[in-house]
Amino acid sequence: MSTPTLVLLVLAAGTYLLKAAGPVLLGNRELPPRLADLVDLLPAPLLGALVATSLLVDAGAYAVDARLGGAAAAAVVLWRGGGFIPTVLVAAAVTALLRLAGAA
Amino acid sequence: MEPQQPQPPASPASASTAVVEPTRAQLRRQASSIAAALVPFGLAFGVLCAEAGLSWLEALGYSSLVFTGSAQFAAVGVLADGGTAVAAIGAGLLLNLRCIAFGVAMAPALRGRLPWRLAVSQLMIDESMAVGSGPTDPALRRYGYLAGGLAVFVLWNASTVVGAVALGGAGDLVTTLGIDATIPAAFLALLWPRLSSQRQRRAALGGVLVALAVAPFVPPGAPILLAALGVVAAGRRGAPAEAHDGADAAGGTGGDGR
Repeated sequence: MSTPTLVLLVLAAGTYLLKAAGPVLLGNRELPPRLADLVDLLPAPLLGALVATSLLVDAGAYAVDARLGGAAAAAVVLWRGGGFIPTVLVAAAVTALLRLAGAA
Repeated sequence: MEPQQPQPPASPASASTAVVEPTRAQLRRQASSIAAALVPFGLAFGVLCAEAGLSWLEALGYSSLVFTGSAQFAAVGVLADGGTAVAAIGAGLLLNLRCIAFGVAMAPALRGRLPWRLAVSQLMIDESMAVGSGPTDPALRRYGYLAGGLAVFVLWNASTVVGAVALGGAGDLVTTLGIDATIPAAFLALLWPRLSSQRQRRAALGGVLVALAVAPFVPPGAPILLAALGVVAAGRRGAPAEAHDGADAAGGTGGDGR
């Protein structure tokens, strides 16, 4: 079995257990408040880390390319209240233009 | 994947005595627009899979069996960077811990026989929770959950295959058109609605700093896992300034920009 397939199967099984935990096991009960708070907070640092490492780290070393300009433009779109599609399209367009202009 | 629906109109209305429930047609519109918004993201995931050397069938497997966008990106991204299977799985599962909270929130609306609960659990994603948590009536919540989950499931899988097959062979085109930049931008768009809460903002910043600090010293994927420590930076819940945090919680999810 290839590594991607192995990861797929284990991740799918684990994810399904997380998804089904509420409806199947907990029923109508609530998570303890401290735990619910942590679960609610967790995506923020994880997503932030994904943004930062995808833009600033390549193969274990700090590196920057034209996508950083695209992401900065995306941040402006979000700041101005733009939705998901404009944000992603602007990031792609600005990155493409920077590359056209000769940026890395 | 969690670019989200704005909190449906029922919520503000619930502050008054007359609760205005969204209609089924409104819930369907919310579901289809949020699913359409994810298409570029699905395309990007297909491209990432192709670039990481996955077959289109494997790409489809991720989108249908795992079916949580950010975890799919994280796991395949780790593999594409040469990370280990353990790092890929760990990063994906950590991102999906939030599904427990979604499940707890939606469980009362999803009651039924065990096989039914098992089946609908696969649709437990940010978008189904966002659409389904708009109404207060359990039947409407269930309807919104199913509409959101099914609409996203169909378009997410279709766009994944298109990205993997049609765009995946064109690596140069992907960089020329800047399609590779859609991935960090999508993560940023997913993160954005959370940043309106001070504690979420602190947690995000903590995660960023931890990830960047450890990145040169640990294998790919591990910075994402360690970034979970960023929640410490959020501080205790219940500080005076956090009265509005409850709204953000629903809305870690809220607002696809709006």
